[in-house]
Amino acid sequence: MFENLSKRFQKVLKDLKGEGHLTPRHIEAAMKEVRLALLEADVHFKVVKDFVARVQEKALGQDVMLSLSPGQQVVRIVHQELIEVLGGGQASVTFSKQPPSVFLMVGLQGSGKTTTSGKLARFLSQEGHHPLLVSLDVYRPAARQQLSIIAESLGLPIYEAPQEMNPLVLAREALELARNKGYDVLILDTAGRLHINDELMNELEQIKGLTHPVETLLVADSMTGQDAVKSASEFHEKVGLTGVILTKLDGDARGGAALSLRHVVGQPIKFAGIGEKLDALEPFYPDRLAGRILGMGDVLSLIEKAEQTIEEEKALEMAEKIRRNEFDLEDFRDQLRQIRKMGPLDQILGMLPGIGPLKGLNKLQIDEKELLHVEAIINSMTPYERCNHHVINGHRRKRIAMGSGRPVQEVNRLLKQYVDMKKMLKTMSGSFMGKALMKKMKGRSFPGMGGGFFG
Amino acid sequence: MADKTEKKSFFQRLKAAVQGTRDNLLGKIENIVLGKKEISPEMLDDLEAVLIGADIGVSIASEVIEKTRQKVDRKLLCDPDHLRESIRQELLAILLEAQKAAPQASVSGPAASPWVIMLVGVNGTGKTTTLGKLANRYMTDGKSVLICAADTFRAAAVEQLSVWARRAGADMVHQSSGGNPSAVIFDSLQAAVARKTDIVLVDTAGRLHTKSNLMQELEKMKRIAERQVRGAPHEVLLVLDATTGQNGLIQAKEFIKSAGVGGLIVTKLDGTAKGGVVFSIVREFRIPIRFVGIGEKIDDLIEFSPEAFVDGIFLSGRE
Ligand SMILES: Nc1nc2c(ncn2[C@@H]2O[C@H](COP(=O)(O)OP(=O)(O)O)[C@@H](O)[C@H]2O)c(=O)[nH]1
Ligand SMILES: [Mg+2]
Repeated sequence: MFENLSKRFQKVLKDLKGEGHLTPRHIEAAMKEVRLALLEADVHFKVVKDFVARVQEKALGQDVMLSLSPGQQVVRIVHQELIEVLGGGQASVTFSKQPPSVFLMVGLQGSGKTTTSGKLARFLSQEGHHPLLVSLDVYRPAARQQLSIIAESLGLPIYEAPQEMNPLVLAREALELARNKGYDVLILDTAGRLHINDELMNELEQIKGLTHPVETLLVADSMTGQDAVKSASEFHEKVGLTGVILTKLDGDARGGAALSLRHVVGQPIKFAGIGEKLDALEPFYPDRLAGRILGMGDVLSLIEKAEQTIEEEKALEMAEKIRRNEFDLEDFRDQLRQIRKMGPLDQILGMLPGIGPLKGLNKLQIDEKELLHVEAIINSMTPYERCNHHVINGHRRKRIAMGSGRPVQEVNRLLKQYVDMKKMLKTMSGSFMGKALMKKMKGRSFPGMGGGFFG
Repeated sequence: MADKTEKKSFFQRLKAAVQGTRDNLLGKIENIVLGKKEISPEMLDDLEAVLIGADIGVSIASEVIEKTRQKVDRKLLCDPDHLRESIRQELLAILLEAQKAAPQASVSGPAASPWVIMLVGVNGTGKTTTLGKLANRYMTDGKSVLICAADTFRAAAVEQLSVWARRAGADMVHQSSGGNPSAVIFDSLQAAVARKTDIVLVDTAGRLHTKSNLMQELEKMKRIAERQVRGAPHEVLLVLDATTGQNGLIQAKEFIKSAGVGGLIVTKLDGTAKGGVVFSIVREFRIPIRFVGIGEKIDDLIEFSPEAFVDGIFLSGRE
């Protein structure tokens, strides 16, 4: 089977010593393995080529993080780029202003359209919508019965006309019913078809022309290989896709087809099918699939650990500064940024054992705009002032206020907050800021928390 | 789909089925070598990409290219025009070895009565459709066929299969949906023995090879079959979708382990997918490819022949 990619990867990169930044030699060696990983994950070979070239460019000359080897650093860049290409965050479906919103489900034979139609109907009805289902698959034996049974088991409405053999007529009648009965979403399940079957592709075009779907979703099997590029681009060209649903992700396919699909369709992957049951549909998470495609789980977790170490180091450094009373205005600014990520300071401190509600901390809650102002004020100080706040006299305060475009009172308030915080931290540091406590804090993970007060 | 095909010969249909593939590959390969007098390293790299693009997989693709490269280095191969033939030979060798290594199971072999064939595979690969085609094939051969509807899970699976049974003119044994697949097998085999049926075709629910409970269910179904008829199931065939990428190799491994798969059926070769992953499968597990599916109509199933397959891809100019 596949050789253990990670092992091979590490073997290749073992000899490469850190040189402070990534050199072409590092990158080339790493890229060979990355290319292989992507190909074995079924990413289309042309997409691999493009992708690798892009990453290569990005990586060149980047500083190497202290705790990472150059090879790991490259993987980190690849991983982040993969997430980026896969769409970054989550995408959702759109609805038309004039109901019903028509969702057209298209794809190759056996990709999972019918089951996914049912899952989507269930998902939408749980979100408070009133979907109507209809099957336009007049070809495959018992295809329409399959959707009926699914609809029945979900307790959701379906339009049926078993004698009608024309998909266009079925679509029109279902649309009328949806309009008349006030269903706000109409889900059109269609027959599986090959992208090279002109007759059936024309049929899809006609269905689309008749129903004006707001979403045309390609249902694609996550086990698909290199052909994904060809089939998806034909579907996209003919009917204009607005998104992709990736099915059967509960298997162990690496799912590189997703990358190919994104490449040719350019539209987000909106959902992932993760089981045969009708509730097995979830939003698509680019970061999860990126890790899976890369297939270097152990390298990735190493990197994550290294990143954590870096954060921990930063936090320790900060704690040390606080202990030595070296916490200056620049640190103050950084910490405010962290607080913004973590949430209100009083809540965070409230989680610490032995600390009750702290008076006056509410004052430290800040909003985005305020933070910008704080930054502007601190940026208007000289480096010397930032390290020695007590030299900032009235004269200097006026200058800083002018430089930052903020009133002098605000500068005064900021300096007072800083002094308060510094005092508070000083008293806390003796008893609470030990390493053990920081460890404890790490156990509770704050979303989006990086290198903050406590790590 | 629409039933308006005139009968075409076996070879014509195979050719039509692989036409897209062949034009594609042939075109690419010829583009690569056209007008070149010498074989360059880039040519070989490009050829490797062509193979990878057919889902053949990096390891076999680079192996085939490496062998070709060595021939070039040893001056056994100098003419760019012969590159294609060299690659054709390498690929053919892989398929031939597997076809030979495995004994061809055969319905006409030592008469087990009934001869039991079971189709397995992941969801949506074409098991039910292929089973309908197989039923039709054996019925046409004058055999009596009983279809066992052991997919008791998927909605309307029984209804779908019964349409195929009717088309093929075969009998079918089924239970209500949600039932126990092993019980359906029990009933079917009892009926087949009583009726002295020649062939029993067992349709099973699609399942991902990663679901161990479902894979165990297959094992149980096999045990029940064996208890009823000696040696049954005589053939377990994995139905593989030609669009499947490298995961096909893992699918094969798991279905071989749990269900004792002894052969492959590759479906949907009428599309543009090449099913190249079978090269890794037959190489790794030495199981033959028995049939290929080339459409949705009842006679769109043809016996697999390595020569015809690889020839269809690589040989003969375009007419
Ligand atoms: N184009 C094409 N479609 C096929 C082929 N074999 C099966 N199909 C289609 O693939 C889809 C899934 O087939 P089905 O037999 O229900 O798959 P199962 O879930 O494995 O039983 C159906 O739409 C079939 O018509 C083939 O060889 N070519
Ligand atoms: Mg089936």
